[in-house]
Amino acid sequence: MLSKKTKEAFLGPLNINNPVLVQILGICSALAVTVQLKPALVMGISVTIIVALSNVVISLIRKSIPMRIRIIVQLVVVAALVTIVSEILKAFAYDVAMQLSVYIGLIITNCILMGRLEAFAMSNSPMESLMDGLGNGFGYAMILVIVAFFRELLGSGKLLGYQVIPDSWYIANGGVYENCGMMLMPAMALILVGCVIWVHRSLNEDKK
Amino acid sequence: MAKQYVCKVCGYVHTGDKAPEVCPQCKQSNCFELVKKSGFSTDSNAYTIIYAAVLVVIVAVALAVVSQVLSPRQQANALLDKQKQILVALNQDIDAMADPAARYMELCQDTIVCGTSDVYVFNIDDATKYVLKLHGQGLWGGIGGYLALDEDKNTVFGINFNHEGETPGLGAEIVTAKFRDQFKGKHIKDATGAIRSIAVLKQGKAAEDGQEQVDAYAGATITSTGVNDMLAANLAEYAAFLNENVNEDENEDVNVNEEMEVEDVE
Repeated sequence: MLSKKTKEAFLGPLNINNPVLVQILGICSALAVTVQLKPALVMGISVTIIVALSNVVISLIRKSIPMRIRIIVQLVVVAALVTIVSEILKAFAYDVAMQLSVYIGLIITNCILMGRLEAFAMSNSPMESLMDGLGNGFGYAMILVIVAFFRELLGSGKLLGYQVIPDSWYIANGGVYENCGMMLMPAMALILVGCVIWVHRSLNEDKK
Repeated sequence: MAKQYVCKVCGYVHTGDKAPEVCPQCKQSNCFELVKKSGFSTDSNAYTIIYAAVLVVIVAVALAVVSQVLSPRQQANALLDKQKQILVALNQDIDAMADPAARYMELCQDTIVCGTSDVYVFNIDDATKYVLKLHGQGLWGGIGGYLALDEDKNTVFGINFNHEGETPGLGAEIVTAKFRDQFKGKHIKDATGAIRSIAVLKQGKAAEDGQEQVDAYAGATITSTGVNDMLAANLAEYAAFLNENVNEDENEDVNVNEEMEVEDVE
């Protein structure tokens, strides 16, 4: 159904060309929203939607964009899309909008967006750009979820807000276990991303 | 005339008769395509300026329309959210309610204006409760909440917090029942009737004489301090309301009587 190139545009960013692991883009937000799984999931989905949408829009108008102001045009399109999505969320999914709060504005400055628009959507067809946007969004969301899984589990003994490490294990209740407070600090997110990159690189050594 | 080739991967432009095998910028191979020359250039100044102007107008109109169309729904959502927050402060189980807005209207009796803020009067199980709005500053942004007081304007009936973007797992935990329940039954005034607020302190620390305290959330020092300062500052703003009835009922009436008696004697 899909051409080889379109398939590659979608699957590449999930593994070999992952935006976070290989291109080291979007690290800043990966640190900010990965203390718990839920915001990480919501952020991942939001970024996926915005990257896919803006990729398609930029791809559709790519031939008319004057080269000298292309970055400004991209930025305006992204900012407008994010604002519209934010307004729609406030009207139809108020709880999600509150949950996202400041993060939704941060999507505008996510480097993955500008990176994909500039490197892919400016020179590819809308269909390919859509798949590229979805692939990069999922690739980004995947890393957020992996990092958030470990940070929430080890940092607060919970997953998605539910306690998974039994209360009786804790030192306070006579057990031997203690949460790792370091996991809640942004520095630990960077170390975890480093670990994921390490695993990823050693798995893909031969493909380079 | 030399032809132009552009790299499809990184956008590198090569000028020459033949496309290079490997892109010098991104090292991909077979990625060049010929740039077609047409009479019309998208790089002219006039086109650039007109393009920018049209784009801005289109985006501005789109944003304005979206904002206008969705505004009533957003305001309704914000109002419902506020009502739900107040109901939580009043220890009502909003998850079990079919229609929180209707329940709110049923319970809400009156609104008293106090300076720039409103005090909401509620009737819960035939007892009067007052709800005060709180607003302050946390670590990353604003924090707020609603404080429900018993009829004596002293005992905390319940409290609810909200925040714009405190750290998940740390500062954001102020919204949890575990933190909020500590406030229930505490008193915001000391034995003499002076407003002392409720201190939010690290575990093991003791407040000054006459001030009641709750434990701060461990690891969320700045947010906890923000809650502490918010309570103190906001309660001071509501001083006129909080001292009102107490003075009328006890002190003022007594004073007036005493004065009259004195006059009678003279």
